[in-house]
This record gives sequence, C-alpha cells and structure tokens, in this order.
Amino acid sequence: MGFVDAPAGQYVERTAPKSRTDVFFKYLNIFLLWFFAIVMILPFLWLVSSSLKTQNAIFQYPPDFIPNPMVPENYINALTYKPFGQYFANTLFVAGMNVIAVVLSASFCAYGFARIRFPGRDFWFGIVMATLFLPYAILLVPSFIIFTRLGWIDTFLPLVVPQFFGGGAFNIFLMRQFFRTIPEEIADAARIDGCSELGVYWRIMLPLSKPALITIGIFTFLFAWNDLIGPLTYLRSPENFTIAVGLASFRSQTDISWDLQLAASAAVTVPVIILFFFAQRYFIQGVVMTGLKG
Amino acid sequence: MTVQRQQTFLESTPFFRWYNGLPLKRRRTILGYMFIMPFILGFLFWFLIPALVAANLTLQKWNLITPARYVGFENFETLVSDPILGQSLKATFLFSAISVPLGLVFAFFLASLINSKVRGIAIFRTIYFLPSIVPAVANAILWAWLFNTEFGLINFFIRALGGPKIAWLQDPDWVLFAFVILTIWGVGNSMIIFLAGLQGIPEIYYEAAEIDGAGRWAKLWYVTLPVMSPVIFFNLVIGFINSFQIFVSALLITNGGPQNSTLFLVLYIYRTAFQSGKMGYAAVLSWLLFFILMGMSLLVFRYIGSRVYYENPGD
Repeated sequence: MGFVDAPAGQYVERTAPKSRTDVFFKYLNIFLLWFFAIVMILPFLWLVSSSLKTQNAIFQYPPDFIPNPMVPENYINALTYKPFGQYFANTLFVAGMNVIAVVLSASFCAYGFARIRFPGRDFWFGIVMATLFLPYAILLVPSFIIFTRLGWIDTFLPLVVPQFFGGGAFNIFLMRQFFRTIPEEIADAARIDGCSELGVYWRIMLPLSKPALITIGIFTFLFAWNDLIGPLTYLRSPENFTIAVGLASFRSQTDISWDLQLAASAAVTVPVIILFFFAQRYFIQGVVMTGLKG
Repeated sequence: MTVQRQQTFLESTPFFRWYNGLPLKRRRTILGYMFIMPFILGFLFWFLIPALVAANLTLQKWNLITPARYVGFENFETLVSDPILGQSLKATFLFSAISVPLGLVFAFFLASLINSKVRGIAIFRTIYFLPSIVPAVANAILWAWLFNTEFGLINFFIRALGGPKIAWLQDPDWVLFAFVILTIWGVGNSMIIFLAGLQGIPEIYYEAAEIDGAGRWAKLWYVTLPVMSPVIFFNLVIGFINSFQIFVSALLITNGGPQNSTLFLVLYIYRTAFQSGKMGYAAVLSWLLFFILMGMSLLVFRYIGSRVYYENPGD
C-alpha cells in the first residue's frame, strides 16, 4: 500500500515485502533456466565431442565425454571426402541471391500494402495471408513440372527466381507491420519536397527499416542455407549441390562412419551459429519489435 | 502545387505525362498495383499455375520419361485402395496430434522462463533459440546418433537412471516419440513469438489483478492466457501446418521405416513422385494434403478461433 503515503504526483516503487513463496519462485525460475539451458546445449556438446573421437571410441559404452585421444583430423577427412568447398560456394550463392531478392521484393510489395490506399488492396493482402498457410510441399510436384518445362532443372534458377516475386508471405507481412510504425509525416515531408512515391520508398522508408530488413535477411539466409527439399528436387549434378544435399548424400552412403558424418554436421552448423551470435539482437528484437500480434 | 524543379528523364516520357494528368485516386490505384505487382505475378506463376498443372496432372499417368497419357480417374481409384496411404495418414495425424500440443505448451513454458529479468537473460534466450537454427540435415544426423540404441546419449541417461534400452528408431511403437522429442527440442521459433507476446502485456494489467487479490495462478489464467490468446492461436495454426510437413528428419533418420511408421505424408508424396515416378498419383496426394490442411484449418478457426480474445477488433 505504498501509494497512499506517497506525495502527490510522485510514483513510488511498491516495496511489498518479499514473501517466502516469492523467493521460492525466484530460485525455481533460475534453477529451471539453467536446467533447460543444459538440455538445449547438451546435444551440441555431444555432437562436438563425438565428432572428435576415433572410430573405436565412438562405439564404446559407457561413452567418454571428453574424447581421448582427440582426432581433429575427422574434420579434414570429412570435408575432403566430398567437394564441400564447392558446395559451400553454391550455397553461399543461392543464399545470397535469396537475401537480395527477398529484401528488395518483400519490402517493395509491403510498401504498397502498408502505405498506399487503393481498391483491392485488402483483397490481395488476404491472398498474401492465405499463401502463408499454404505449405510449399503441396506445390512440390506441379512446380517441378513447371521448372522442367522451363528447362530450369539442374540450375539454381528454381531456387532463386521465385524469391524475386514477393519474397514470401511471411516477409511481406513482417515488413508491412514495420512500415506501419513509421510516422507518415516523414513521408509527407519528403513528398512536399518533391519526392516521388518510389523515392519515398527508396530514400525514406528503406533506410528507416534497417532492423526489419536485417531480420528478414537473416531469416532468408538461414532458410536457404538449411533447405533440403528444394535443392534435392531441382539439382542433379554433384557439382551443383548445396551443402544440405551434399551432407544428405554423404549420409546415404552407408559406408561412411559416424565420426565423419558427425564431423561434417558440426562443420556445417558452425557458420550458422556464428551468424546467429552476431545478429541475435536483430533476430529476437526484430520479432518483438514488429509486433507479431494478431 | 507549383513547386519548380528540374524534370528527370523519366518524367519527360509520354507515360508519365499521361499518368500525371490522371486524377489523384486513379494515380494512387496505379501506384498501389505497381508496388504489389511482384507478388501478384508470383502468385500467378508459383501458386495459381502450379495448382492448375496439379489439377490436370491428377488425370494423367506420367513417369517423367515416357510421354504422359490421360487415364481418367484411375489415380483416384488408386487413392481409395492404397494401403500405404492409410499408414502414412495415421503416422502424420498421430505425430501432429502429439507434437503440436506438447510443443505449444513447452514453447509457452520456455518463453515464460526467458521473460524474467534475471542477469544475463540474453544469453539464455540465445541458447534456447540455438536448436532452431541448426541446418535440418545436420540436425537429423545428430538426432539419429543421439537416439542410437547402443551408443546414443539418450539411452545412456535412461540406462544410468535404471531404465531399459529402448530401440528408439527400430521399434514402431517408439519411433514417433523420438520424432516428437526432436521436434520439441527445436521449438525456438514459436517460443520467440510467445516471448514477443508476453513482453507486449502492459504491467498495469498485473498490478490491477494484484489489487484485486489475484495470486500467481489467477494472474496466469485470467490475465496472461486471455491476452495471449491471439498469439497462442497463431502458433497453434503454424505449428499444426509445420507438423504436417515433416520431411527431412523422416527421410534421413528412418527413411519412412520401421514398417512405414514414419512414412509421413510429404515423404510419401516425395517418394511417389521422384522415386516411384508416379507424377499423377503424387498430384492426387498433394491435393489430398491441401484439402486435409484446409479442412483442419477451417475447423481450428471455427472452434478455437472464435474463443480468441482481441484487444482492438478490426485493427
């Protein structure tokens, strides 16, 4: 009841005495935080640990948690077993093109949905949201046939070109939400100075939306980096493989042992985790910021 | 408006002279459609035309090598009498029915944990999200190894606690639970969306509830859950659609086995199209997946969507 004694107009922090249950829940919270942190991280540690073991040590029960002896050569053997350098370059190309396509295309469409009033806008935005709920597994077979007709099989085109057309419903939605938080007065000021609508989009809105653009850029990069079903369906010759397909074909050759499989998996995961650590404040803040409510 | 400035090259073209002569409303409409044109074209090329191609394909037999030929409703007859399809549907529905509710509860629970103001909470948030960014293929290999009957970490813990050795990936009764566990481990995306929702709840709601004498559970039940219901609903729908699309882990860890108990629908479609070379039948299965998802979504919107509480209706 600290409010009663407070001088008028001044906010006083409530200093309710901490009850025993409050203290209990505080420590329970911290305990659970640590417990689940360990649960989440343990598989990674196990992956790294196993990938550094010899063939013999890996099939040993009970297992050693610290490999003895350590064999970092597993990584060299795994990454030279297949042309992972080539896969890496291919994946980087596809993912990079995807990021460019999505950042440009999704923000462009989102600007129309967020800032221009015209008949049919809400109808088309409804279609955007409908495609959000339409998984692309459904369209896998017919898309394959269309890309066959276009002669695009075994090229990167099916993995890149569609992204230039809207950049995906989720990204349009995210950008639209973000654009709506930017005050219209800024755009009006530019218009009075003679700026065209395209200019408002390019010179005012895009620079102000960097956090949101970075968010969708990272999402897109990760998706392209991790995607298997697309490259697996459309790419044929090994020199075109992305990392995901390369790793999958690595696994399907059953003569390759666990130590190499795990070393390759760890090696493929590392770049993603590094990217994530650099960008994590955008990642988590981006979703919080754009307000994914309703 | 008589603002004088130099005309750019674009503005001197006939198109722009015509465009500038139009009334403001028309200009805005043209401008609006110009901005959303990439999406409209994309919808046409990558959704509408594929849907028509798929509809046409359902009446054909085509293995990609010999020319396609029309076979009437033969593919639909196959659909009714296909015993593997039954197994596939059963696996998919079971997986979805178990993994979606569990994943939702777990994601909500984790989001509440990382919503606290503990020192170093950013590090916990990062760690909790890490599993969701692991490349799917690496993830599958990692979990195949974790679930290894003899040398896997999971059986190591179970046996250390005095439990039996479980053949996670070979026993049809256990294998679905293995997939549920690995799915729940990567629940970070919906966790972050929950976190965003939790952070959007104004503190005064809780203070008001406290003044009314609400305890910990009452606050959760009467404040948090109702305010969060749109977010819960969003995650439910997304989680449900994702669960129906499980593919990579099933392909790489068990390849549909044992005894087709992980032959989920998308994997079955993929196999039918690209390994058995039955493009027509695969198109029928794709349409089936579409109608299942649409039907289920309608049910969810009808029976759960109507219970969702919106703060600003019509926003």
